[in-house]
Amino acid sequence: MPVGQAVEVRGRAPELAVHLRAWCRAQGHRFDWPYVVRGSAAGAHRRGARAAGGRHAVAAHAPGHWGVAARGALVEAGGPDFPFALDDKDEVWTAAAAGIYRQAVASQWDPATAVDWDEPFELPAEVEAAVVQVMTYLIENENAALVVPARFLGQIHPHFREVVAVLAVQVADEARHVEVFTRRAELKGIPLGLSTAGGQASLLTLIEEPDFALAHFLLSVLGEGTFLSLLSFLERFAPDPVTRRVTHLALADEARHVAFGMAHMEAVLATDPTLHARLATAVRRRHDALASTAGLNAEVFDALVVLAAGAFTPAAIAEGFARVQALEADMDEGRRRRLAKLGFDPDEAAELAELHTRNFM
Amino acid sequence: MAGTLLMGAVAYDPKVVTIWDGFRDWFAAQGLAFDYVLYSNYERQVEALLAGHVHVAWNSPLAWVRAARMGPVTAVAMRDTDCDLTSVVVVRAGSGIESVADLTGLTVAVGAVDSPQATLIPLSYLRSLGVDDVKVQVHDIGVGKHGDHVGGERDAARALVSGAADAACMIDGNHLLFGVEGTMPAGSTRILAQTPPYDHCNFTVVAGAPADLVEQFRALLLGMSYDDPQVRPLLDLEGLKAWRDGRTSGYAQLERAVDEVGFYDAGGNVTAEDYRP
Repeated sequence: MPVGQAVEVRGRAPELAVHLRAWCRAQGHRFDWPYVVRGSAAGAHRRGARAAGGRHAVAAHAPGHWGVAARGALVEAGGPDFPFALDDKDEVWTAAAAGIYRQAVASQWDPATAVDWDEPFELPAEVEAAVVQVMTYLIENENAALVVPARFLGQIHPHFREVVAVLAVQVADEARHVEVFTRRAELKGIPLGLSTAGGQASLLTLIEEPDFALAHFLLSVLGEGTFLSLLSFLERFAPDPVTRRVTHLALADEARHVAFGMAHMEAVLATDPTLHARLATAVRRRHDALASTAGLNAEVFDALVVLAAGAFTPAAIAEGFARVQALEADMDEGRRRRLAKLGFDPDEAAELAELHTRNFM
Repeated sequence: MAGTLLMGAVAYDPKVVTIWDGFRDWFAAQGLAFDYVLYSNYERQVEALLAGHVHVAWNSPLAWVRAARMGPVTAVAMRDTDCDLTSVVVVRAGSGIESVADLTGLTVAVGAVDSPQATLIPLSYLRSLGVDDVKVQVHDIGVGKHGDHVGGERDAARALVSGAADAACMIDGNHLLFGVEGTMPAGSTRILAQTPPYDHCNFTVVAGAPADLVEQFRALLLGMSYDDPQVRPLLDLEGLKAWRDGRTSGYAQLERAVDEVGFYDAGGNVTAEDYRP
């Protein structure tokens, strides 16, 4: 309908003329009862508007003025610029994100029902204390694994919504892990274990890494990758059914986080030839930063031995010690394998796997 | 400041800062040095305008009436939405009040004592129809801001719905708004009377203001296009689609109302009793 054209308005509401006058004024139309004459302001919000990419096409760069608009939405001109720091597809995108997100959503579990918290068991006091110390350690590592993706979540342009979605579920996963490990730690009412300065220093270097690719590499490929071995070990040698169940549930989530980290790294490495060197530097830098710290605290190491021993006897402790040594070898092997998959040559993969934090995450 | 056009505005809402900061930047980009001064009430603003503290004032219709009585002033521009407003007198559906004459002796809820649209003009209109014996229930919110704050009208509408008043006065646009937001549920009220059209705010310029700057200001305002995405958010905030030349033909009802209740005297002195802006 062209500007200046009139349309006659009819209706039965007694207030029609009063309301139509007010509405016309607000919309910029001329009120000439019973006619409304179209003004020029109508439709102005669409003039000059541009689509925020295609519905099915992820843009190479997402401009700030697309803001939080849906991918493919028509964005009015003159809107604010959003300061999303991660706005290039090359930095964040992996084609695997959509599939990993679907899998993640389908795999969600409820801590209240997925674990039989009332299942009866009794452990020797030393073994229960070891479990609580391990849980204390796991909780602080899960807290760090929650904070790292959460920090980047708000920096990624929402145009790359599948990546944002994967990280959002990952944060929720970690929140659940913190919950179930806390519930297991508190199950028998004994005090929580020790959180060491060295362990926290290691996690701080992870949280403080400002580069998304480097942080994701350190967290998900090396840290959570190492945790796959640890959680698998804990599930296998768990002395009680609740510990077995919660580590089993967390393991499945962490495997997904590692898969996403690997997919992201493979995509970024394919577009950025300098990244290999930067990833290697990041591992060496973190190792140097942590050189003066104690690494894995003795309480956790001892607790892993006792937990794997299942009993506080010399023979059982010897068996537990052997199992923890096998765990460390398995962790190292896993890191080497993942680094090699990302294109590091075997020698460098071995060196970097060796330099990974002694705190595991 | 030499070469700067100074405008007064009343801070009836925090968004006033956003609006005039935005206009200030936009005017600067167009080559007009412009700044604004905020006043807490229109009486102070009009006195400052006539004292020459500012060159132009973004005035309510009541502030215009007072300024025009105090000295030579002109209205250079106004919003499209300032033209041809009406106010309505509303009663509860089923109240049995069929004509304005039935309001005699009943309680009529109005907005703030200094609201042109929700108090002065509709009460004057009722008097013109022979209804001058009503109990006026004033809902004073933002006194001194000449009814810019919607709260007084909303409270009057609530008083009507709750039965605390028999009728309520409000601007036509707020009758529409209160229906949409649920303050007056659909079908619960009926419009008893509607005033003739009148005009609202204008940019009032004091004699002696720098004519070249005022003309540049007026020309820039009238040149603002709602199609311009840089300007559109400012126009949306200020509630208009286009600026128009100022006209003063739409203030006769308010002039009459001011005289009837002795709100200002002929020289623009505040003579209203119990008015403490």
